[in-house]
Amino acid sequence: MNNEQPYINISAAEQKIWSILSTVVDPEVPVLTILDLGIVRELKFESDINPPLGGWGVYITPTYTGCPAMDMIAMNIRLALAEQGYKHVKVTSVLSPAWTTDWMTETGKEKLKQYGIAPPNPKQQVCNDQLFAPNEAVQCPHCNSYHTHRISEFGSTACKALYQCDECKEPFDYFKCH
Amino acid sequence: MESISKKSDSKVPPLEGFREAYTLHLADTTLILSQRNSEWCGHGPILEQDIAITNISLDLLGQSRNFYQYAAALKNDGSTEDSLAYLRTEREFKNLLLVELENGDWGQTILRQYLFSQYQLLLFQQLQQGSDEQLAAIATKAIKEITYHVRWSSEWVIRLGDGTDESHNRMLHTIDELWRYTGELFEAADYETAMGIDLAAINQIWTEKVTAVFDEAKLPVPQNVFVQKGGKHGIHTEQLGYILTELQYLQRTYPGAKW
Repeated sequence: MNNEQPYINISAAEQKIWSILSTVVDPEVPVLTILDLGIVRELKFESDINPPLGGWGVYITPTYTGCPAMDMIAMNIRLALAEQGYKHVKVTSVLSPAWTTDWMTETGKEKLKQYGIAPPNPKQQVCNDQLFAPNEAVQCPHCNSYHTHRISEFGSTACKALYQCDECKEPFDYFKCH
Repeated sequence: MESISKKSDSKVPPLEGFREAYTLHLADTTLILSQRNSEWCGHGPILEQDIAITNISLDLLGQSRNFYQYAAALKNDGSTEDSLAYLRTEREFKNLLLVELENGDWGQTILRQYLFSQYQLLLFQQLQQGSDEQLAAIATKAIKEITYHVRWSSEWVIRLGDGTDESHNRMLHTIDELWRYTGELFEAADYETAMGIDLAAINQIWTEKVTAVFDEAKLPVPQNVFVQKGGKHGIHTEQLGYILTELQYLQRTYPGAKW
């Protein structure tokens, strides 16, 4: 799944599809492609999609159950492939295994930071259900300080929490660990 | 509904009817609570909490869509997630009574969310281990979100219960309002029994968890309260009719309307 790795033993046709998918971006966070997010789980050429010739099955997994961007992402995948002449494409949403921010690529995290959104901390360090837990140490994407505090666990979209930097005083979104 | 009528005319009904009924119960419960919470949009006490409750509403809506899609696939009669949400009648809805109650004040919305989320977390942990792979996948996904809901709502129950005299008294009043609807959570309907859901086990842990949070909130846990039930079998309070009137208005008035 990691788009930074060279694909080995992969057909040229499939590689072409992956490169088209790498142009599809998240409508809410347009600096991230769907490959950066790690939501494309599988790509398969299937005979029952357009029998008897076959077509491409793209398997994606939602970031959050209710994320309204998912419908749009599925549509954009079909559009991007159609523009390149792939008409017989079926996008299927798979729930298991459940998406985690650990699947976001390092390039993706870097792009998020450049965009002004603090990237998710590694999951193992911070996700817990303890009440009144101390805030995660989240680095300010603007001045790089760790002196930040959480304003709200819920932010402008399902995937973000709201933070403020105590050094530069700027509020910022944190792509919360999930 | 199918499963209720089957109960009377067949001693050993096929599991599939129960699977569908149970999936609809999960779908309806999450949809109706989502609808209730969304009423706070633009009305929350402060902006951050307004955003929090509507985010929770969105998570619940996503969960209900997954359940409705699965129910539609099980029915396999041309039903869709939309037809199941928008074109079924009040008696066909199998949601818990707790989630259809009016929001009341902020404390009541918070306490309802906490009592429900704590139950939902334990229930979904059981579904995650269950034999139905699709329900297990939906539950696994949802648990990540519910963990946030439990933490957020229990922190607020503690803040309000152990807050000012005003907030404490309001929480006492809210407990009186809501507690009689919590018994239904643990009274198994035929479809829950058929699906192998162990509500007694959930009840035990739920009671421990809620008692711990109430203790910290300096709130009493009511004992031996009358249990109001019926939602799981389609017998609802007056409130559900009002919710469905608003929720289903567009599709009832302009059948098949699309964005």
